[in-house]
Amino acid sequence: MTEIKVPVIRNILEVNERLARENRKLFDEKKILVLNLMSSPGAGKTSVLERTAEALRGRYTMAVIEGDIQSSYDAERLQRKGVQAVQINTDGACHLDGNMIRTAMENLDLDPVDVLVIENVGNLVCPAEFNLGEHEKVMILSVAEGDDKPLKYPLMFQISSVLLVNKVDLLPYVDCDVNAIHERARHLNPTQKIFNISCRTGEGLEAWTAWLEARIREHKGLS
Amino acid sequence: MAIAQSVLDIVLDECRRHGIATVDRIAVQVGALAAVVPDALTFCFQVVAQGTPAEKAVLDIETVPVVLRCPLCGELFEMEDRMDVCPQCGPVVSGLSLISGREMTVMSIEGRGKDDGA
Repeated sequence: MTEIKVPVIRNILEVNERLARENRKLFDEKKILVLNLMSSPGAGKTSVLERTAEALRGRYTMAVIEGDIQSSYDAERLQRKGVQAVQINTDGACHLDGNMIRTAMENLDLDPVDVLVIENVGNLVCPAEFNLGEHEKVMILSVAEGDDKPLKYPLMFQISSVLLVNKVDLLPYVDCDVNAIHERARHLNPTQKIFNISCRTGEGLEAWTAWLEARIREHKGLS
Repeated sequence: MAIAQSVLDIVLDECRRHGIATVDRIAVQVGALAAVVPDALTFCFQVVAQGTPAEKAVLDIETVPVVLRCPLCGELFEMEDRMDVCPQCGPVVSGLSLISGREMTVMSIEGRGKDDGA
């Protein structure tokens, strides 16, 4: 009996990595800044996008790819704000991958777009493993989730270049030490930009959108 | 499930290249920090591999520990509980470097060729 042993050493995610590189190439050709927005369910991803779209209106054009297991509820929320949005339904998958983004792009008019935000499926685990071709990974943690999350989901905090700490208007009502979130996140990722925000009151949103606008200009080579 | 399917795609591709008709064993390395649960991967692989040359293969999953380097003392060490604490220096504000722990790699495949009547 001829037994065959083959050394392989191939990255299990190699196909996704290739697709992510192809997506990135297309984004760069069109000079579009792309964000991969990640959080657990209910942290406020869509609310942040509604607020961000309002802030950018008239200056920069934002488009959104919405990832959800089911429903087109989120895409409709953003379309009502005048944002070009397409919905991906993953039918059970807990994260988006490079191929889903490629397909979704066929349904977007990318030419006028300055910034494309990919709203990932609500989940602090798997989305961390799948690159989509984005330039920045942005994560949201709401204070209601607790200040222990950087300890429990370290990879997500380590790979995200921006952390939005949302719902800070709830701090009087929840047992969450916002300084502990900052300290724990900084330990994992010393260069991470952290913004405390509230989509309900508007607190802190100006600093976040100022950072985003500066990043868009930098990406276009304007500053 | 997406990861199990990706493993299978790589295995079937290697089978075509090397003339393997039946796969007996697949060695996989998975970092302890990767979003992969070995038991779940084994289960999902059994599901996706049904009806393929790899349906009876044993998935041999080696977990690679999370190894960090402390920027203060330069020491390499295995993470015990937290990613932000060096056993010698305590909490490190400037960040520890991740040396291993995110691997997801198909390392090798063992099987038999077509003429074995397997």
